[in-house]
Amino acid sequence: MRKPHRILYWSSHYLLIWLYVLFALFPLFWLIKVALTPNDLLYSEGIRLWPSRTSLEHFRFVLTHSEFPLFFRNSLIVSSSTAVSVTLISGACGYGLSRFSFRGRPLIVALLLITQMFPLVMLVAPMFRLLAPLGLTNSLTGLVIVYSAFNSPFATFLMQSFFDAIPKELEEAAMIDGATRFGAFRRIILPLTLPGIAATGGFVFSAAWSELLFALMLNSSSRASTFPVGLLSFVSKFSVDFGQMMAAGVLALIPACLFFLLIQRYLVRGLTAGAVKG
Amino acid sequence: MGTGDDQGETESEVSAFRRRLTNSAEPYLYTAPVLILIVAVMLVPLSVGLSYAFRDIQLLDPFSGGFVGFEHFHELKADRSFRAALLNTLIWTGASVALQFIFGLILALLLNREFAGRRLVQALVFLPWAVPTFLVGLDWAWLFNPVVGPLPGWMFALKMTHDANNLLADPATALIGPIVAAIWWGIPFFAITNLAALQSIPKDLYEAASIDGAGTFKQFRSITLPLLAPTIAITILLRTIWIANFADLIVVMTNGGPADSTQTVASYIFTVAFRRLDFGYASAIAAVLLLLLFLYALAILSVRRLFVQRQS
Amino acid sequence: MSAIDITGVSKRYGTTAVLHDVTLAVAAREFVVLVGPSGCGKSTLLRMIAGLEEVSAGEIRIGGRLVNDLPPKARDIAMVFQSYALYPHMSVADNMAYSLRLRRTSRQGIETAINAAAAKLGLGSLLERKPSALSGGQRQRVAMGRAIVRRPKAFLFDEPLSNLDARLREHMRAEIKKLHLELGATSIYVTHDQIEAMTLADRIVAMNGGYVQQVGSPLELYDRPANLFVAGFIGSPAMNMFPALFSRRAGRPTLVHAGFALSLDHDPPVAEGAVLTVGMRPEHIVLGAGPVQGVVNLLEPTGLGTIAHLTLAGTAFKAFSLARLPLTIGASVPIDLPAHRLHLFDAEGIRVGP
Repeated sequence: MRKPHRILYWSSHYLLIWLYVLFALFPLFWLIKVALTPNDLLYSEGIRLWPSRTSLEHFRFVLTHSEFPLFFRNSLIVSSSTAVSVTLISGACGYGLSRFSFRGRPLIVALLLITQMFPLVMLVAPMFRLLAPLGLTNSLTGLVIVYSAFNSPFATFLMQSFFDAIPKELEEAAMIDGATRFGAFRRIILPLTLPGIAATGGFVFSAAWSELLFALMLNSSSRASTFPVGLLSFVSKFSVDFGQMMAAGVLALIPACLFFLLIQRYLVRGLTAGAVKG
Repeated sequence: MGTGDDQGETESEVSAFRRRLTNSAEPYLYTAPVLILIVAVMLVPLSVGLSYAFRDIQLLDPFSGGFVGFEHFHELKADRSFRAALLNTLIWTGASVALQFIFGLILALLLNREFAGRRLVQALVFLPWAVPTFLVGLDWAWLFNPVVGPLPGWMFALKMTHDANNLLADPATALIGPIVAAIWWGIPFFAITNLAALQSIPKDLYEAASIDGAGTFKQFRSITLPLLAPTIAITILLRTIWIANFADLIVVMTNGGPADSTQTVASYIFTVAFRRLDFGYASAIAAVLLLLLFLYALAILSVRRLFVQRQS
Repeated sequence: MSAIDITGVSKRYGTTAVLHDVTLAVAAREFVVLVGPSGCGKSTLLRMIAGLEEVSAGEIRIGGRLVNDLPPKARDIAMVFQSYALYPHMSVADNMAYSLRLRRTSRQGIETAINAAAAKLGLGSLLERKPSALSGGQRQRVAMGRAIVRRPKAFLFDEPLSNLDARLREHMRAEIKKLHLELGATSIYVTHDQIEAMTLADRIVAMNGGYVQQVGSPLELYDRPANLFVAGFIGSPAMNMFPALFSRRAGRPTLVHAGFALSLDHDPPVAEGAVLTVGMRPEHIVLGAGPVQGVVNLLEPTGLGTIAHLTLAGTAFKAFSLARLPLTIGASVPIDLPAHRLHLFDAEGIRVGP
């Protein structure tokens, strides 16, 4: 009885797949739907799957009458600066861990692992008291420093795995050819790990983009607020204006999702390649 | 031979020594920036923060800062909200991790086969991972809101609830909200790691098994599960710690309410620090959390040692 | 002053010693092969000469200059790796030009050097290709081209032919030998394949367990192996070995084995009753005529000749004969073990006698 068996298998396979896709996309779809529903239809047509008339009024409001462009700009600055600095220092650290075996290595690895394990939340209070006198609260620089520290350990492990995939002989050949180790790193290894660097940078960017608690704690004015903080305060101020809140949410979503769709292939490939190599 | 040569020897000795020094210092130069950053930004506040647990630090009171010994911990013992938070942390962590894992594994199994449109499906199904966590919280809060969200109506229609009110407003059911949001957000992570592990199993094993006469279920039980077990173990253990520490979703969706019914230890720390501005008390809670995590890690290590010993 | 001088060199990883007190002088224009099983330390020694590993003790001099603490780029040596280590994102021409560019050679100089090397190695049509578009043999030649353009003081080869299939390996062996005759550069070549060692070397350094076992010309190692390791390692099929008692009581020096006795043609400096290990190469066993009888267990016809697995007085032997003998399995065949072809080794495995 092979044929009916196969039909049963594949139809349940596709059914499950599409259930998953539905589950994954529905919340996002709903967000867009409400954001496009004009205010007068919001409550009367609340539960419909698609409004009878769509309008961009919420988006227009958010972009022109609120401080969102400022928040967006702040988030962009903080996230890109964090991504760049983390990629640089974690690249160096990952390279060091990949190529050298030295006495301090186990200690360093243990240290990096430990930082992944304790609740960052508990640093909120001391961080505020330590950064305030240094003028690093209510500042984008302060956020970049904090986010860079938080993301470096994971980024280091990622970069290390990308470097591990490149045979050491390439640097050795370059050093015999006359390059210094750093020269070999720059000219030979780095170009070969560009996809990995891009993936790591992208990962750090989205992590910094979505960080909420520390941005909330360290910023009391909207001058240096990032998107998450802005959205949250928007929500508490306009807690009844769902259309506008959701429009702001959609705007927050777009860069993150676009970015992800671009790099997800590399990320998955990078993670699975590491697994195959064992 | 002569003094000229001797001097030459000493000079090259010195430069040789210097060269050997730079050689052994090299790895530290590469790893230094990250280490300095971590120590300065994470370890120093950590130790400072732990000291706060023994002091009275109120942000709004400039005269606070005195040493209070174990007073905060005594207060903690009697704090009903804290005890509720401990229980909630167990429920929150257990349910989130278990369900994320199960659904993630199923998804990974589904994606492990070639089928039409797999690449597209993969990109779509991993999309929740890209959504910033604060937005995940807000989005699901809105979905559960009877005014703008479809879920209360649907759940009532499906006879899952006895009214169409907001799940998040009822202390008895409020924790379900963040758990569902965490599952939605966390499935891609488990799907990707399990998929990677599944793909690392050599196909020959399955071919040999089918020649030996094993059907799909048998193959799953005797090949897939055992070979997947190490990856599963590690990801679950690490993820458990991470989710136990994760306060964002809860703070955004319910702020710990209503009536502290969704408060976990991590979100409680944030609430006390950010809303009550009582840094001393918050640090005491954090110290307890650290202790619990440490015990958890110890437990894992000893279980692992037992397991490894039994294997050999 | 030799081209490369290795004096008392040892290598330790922590408390584990990997190389013990190696001393070797490589003459200019000489082709020296380091051969031995995996883990014998030959690659480690090569990498220390290259500057890729630290020297724990001893001195390495290149052209008279002490190089222990010099980085690879200051040693003026070129290396061909087992995995070729070609820069994947550069074309063949750029791969070969890389070292010259680092030295700020003029563009004219670079072009001349590349063209000369390409001509010698037949790479002319491949200059614009990337390594991924080349076959294994072609990549091998590019790796050598990269080394040649530098005109270094010495070439170092780290098992360059191990990744090629058998046919290609034979071909490239000859190419390397030809190249050495043309360029006449000092070369140190590491391999685990004793045939490569025999065919390529001016001198062979046989190594085992971190110690140098014997240094000599290929034929020296073949005719007079210094110990059991070299005797068993050089030559294929491997030398037959069996224990025997030495005795002078019969009036002449004799080896007494369980099933037969062999008279020797010389009197080795060995005590009466000493237990020796006796070796004889399969190709020196005479089949078809002789004082002892063996039973054929297995035949391996190789086309060139036949490897016969025999049992002789309870001991297993392999014999190799170029003649197409009418042997059958189970048959009995007369065998001779000529005295002048016997190798004697004492209880420590050291060679005894001439």
